[in-house]
Amino acid sequence: MAKELWKGNEAIAEAAIRAGCRCYFGYPITPQSEIPEYMSLHMPKAGGIFLQSESEIAAINMVYGAAGAGARVMTSSSSPGISLKQEGISYMCGAELPGVIVNVMRGGPGLGTIQPAQGDYFQATRGGGNGDYRLIVFAPANIQEVVDLMQEAFELADRYRMPVMMLLDGMIGQMMEPIEWKKPPVSPDDLPKKSWATTGTKGEREPNIINSLFISPEACNAHNHRLEDKYRRVIANEQRYETNDTDGAKIIFVAYGTPARLARAAAGILEKEGIKAGVFRPITVWPYPYEALHQVAAQESVKAVVTVEMSTGQMVDDVRIGVNGVKPVSFVGQAGGVVPTPREVANAALKALGR
Amino acid sequence: MAYHEIIVAGFGGQGVMSIGTTMSEAAMAQGLNVSWLPSYGPEMRGGTANCSVVIADTEIISPIVLEPSELIAMNQPSLDKFEPTVKPGGLILVNESIVERKVKRDDVRIVYVPSLEIASELGNMRVANMAMLGAYIEATKFLKFETVVDMLRNIFTSKKAHLVELNEVALQRGAACVRL
Amino acid sequence: MAIVYQRSKGLADIETHYCPGCTHGIIHRLVAETLEELGVLGNTVGVAPVGCSVFAYDYFNCDMQEAAHGRAPAVATGIKRVLPDKVVFTYQGDGDLAAIGTGEITHAAMRGENITTVFVNNAIYGMTGGQMAPTTLVGQRATTAPLGRDKSHAGSPIRIAEMLATIDGAAYIERVTVTSPANVMRAKRAIKKAFELQIEGRGFTLIEVLSTCPTNWGLTPVKALEWLNENMIPVFPLGVYKDITKEA
Repeated sequence: MAKELWKGNEAIAEAAIRAGCRCYFGYPITPQSEIPEYMSLHMPKAGGIFLQSESEIAAINMVYGAAGAGARVMTSSSSPGISLKQEGISYMCGAELPGVIVNVMRGGPGLGTIQPAQGDYFQATRGGGNGDYRLIVFAPANIQEVVDLMQEAFELADRYRMPVMMLLDGMIGQMMEPIEWKKPPVSPDDLPKKSWATTGTKGEREPNIINSLFISPEACNAHNHRLEDKYRRVIANEQRYETNDTDGAKIIFVAYGTPARLARAAAGILEKEGIKAGVFRPITVWPYPYEALHQVAAQESVKAVVTVEMSTGQMVDDVRIGVNGVKPVSFVGQAGGVVPTPREVANAALKALGR
Repeated sequence: MAYHEIIVAGFGGQGVMSIGTTMSEAAMAQGLNVSWLPSYGPEMRGGTANCSVVIADTEIISPIVLEPSELIAMNQPSLDKFEPTVKPGGLILVNESIVERKVKRDDVRIVYVPSLEIASELGNMRVANMAMLGAYIEATKFLKFETVVDMLRNIFTSKKAHLVELNEVALQRGAACVRL
Repeated sequence: MAIVYQRSKGLADIETHYCPGCTHGIIHRLVAETLEELGVLGNTVGVAPVGCSVFAYDYFNCDMQEAAHGRAPAVATGIKRVLPDKVVFTYQGDGDLAAIGTGEITHAAMRGENITTVFVNNAIYGMTGGQMAPTTLVGQRATTAPLGRDKSHAGSPIRIAEMLATIDGAAYIERVTVTSPANVMRAKRAIKKAFELQIEGRGFTLIEVLSTCPTNWGLTPVKALEWLNENMIPVFPLGVYKDITKEA
């Protein structure tokens, strides 16, 4: 199939439609507004629903209602808007509703900047709303990967009845790259039926109830443990990662999204200086591929693990959990829309080696 | 072929982004790998704009261009900002029509293109950016004019078909600046 | 012996948690009867709020979703857009709708969202223990207004029916109460009309029902009905505020 040049944000929207999503609710915010713009034109053409809501809070609650009604549904926003959606995300997790939430991250805190950043890692992986819950969080590093993962995101959301987040930085949303549509489009008619959805009883069954309220402590405790069991299944089955040149490397860079590409450029610089460096890239940042990272870091050749982020250091906590003390872990990053340079990243590795 | 890391910069409205996307589309049509990354700001009109394009026959590692092998400077602030970052031995294309100074570097190749004069002579100011692109294609010799012209034929059809020839002439007039 | 009165099929066969003398029970019954009479129970999805009627999802005998506080109109929008042929309603109190959820209800009305909202206004936060609501009367005591609502400090009560009636997308808006058999009959007619208009696809409908809260008002059920009639109705006049069937 011929390659096509696509802008990240538009590719996300098209990939969602091809994944059988026929329902989008959202609110404009830079740098992701091309997603609602694309949806406003193409969702109706596909026979689907596009609605621009009055706020991100309303949008995520429309997603809740539509998901409860059985639709394959998504919303998108950027960092400050994702903060507003946290309430609804928590409720979706509590009520076990599937849906896909795209966060095209910009710099924060507060209004921050519209330039790309990765400051929402804790929010995405630790649960930005109230309660004991998790999201499956995909962190693709290029547009081909974005579109390849989109269908899977919806499938996992349905399989586990939980929201899935696509965590991108503004750079991936704004850039253009050639992509191929590898998977055939999914027809909404072929999606698995959702017997739990509120579609009207037709007088043929007991009412279905979508709810996150379990007022008695025993019931709420049991509900939390049921969710925990589900999350354990996700941890066991859904970790994704990629390694580049990590075998026998002296330096292991760990990075997700755009910084993983910068880390590979830094590894190229180090190679010219006679130092073998590889990149470990989590594709799911929840569940985090701790064990795979541990094995890479524990190789005898590895002298130091260097985490690269467009933040002041968030994922590095997970890197430390994964490496678990077998090798020194250090961090290099810039925040607020400034992107670390490959030279800066390479220098951080040299420093970690004591040079 | 080389690993081309290109910055196209100028005022918003000068067609900066479309120079970048056109060369990206053309490179893709020739089977090359490509990435296009815009700067994005709050200005809707008239602010400074630039895009980074990477074109290679190998895998593209990072879409971010810090030290371009080629710079297309559509205005003076862009030349001021990016001239020092161009790799030694690289190429700077200057939109001579509005950039008031010469390039200071002596370790790069320099081509001046009077894009507005060319466009004015052709009777359509919107083809100024095509003159810049023509100069780029001629100076770097890895994109084919036929590829771009084929793309133009797909864009300008029926009532707009006459624009293909206009744009093609603009490309060639820009290319001629390289051959001077 | 003939049965002259029994539970509506629209209500589940369980006890509610409502306080003695609270009028939520009557309003539930009116909604349930309406759905039963219109023959749409199996074709309805309701949305419960946060507040006293938070457990409404257990009481109505149809598919239900429980929304976050104030978000029921957004949740209902999501449902209705996916299932345009279903009857979709929200059941919300005054804290839910007129405080935290004013954005959602206003924009649902603006879009002419083809849903019905039953808005129960008892001028107080009931479930959380009698705090001041946006609809609390000036001078009325609440646990967060121990000396009574002070207009210079907390403003005057918000009139939702009047406010939403200014919005083009609103098809039918009426304020009713349930303090007497005659008022209950009028409330039933209003609720039924709202659902009928929804089924006809006419747009957003809202019935505001003035309701009592004997517990938090500190009154007996009978005194509470009298207090409502004497104090609330002058501030919240009953009547039809918007009716597109009466417009040219």
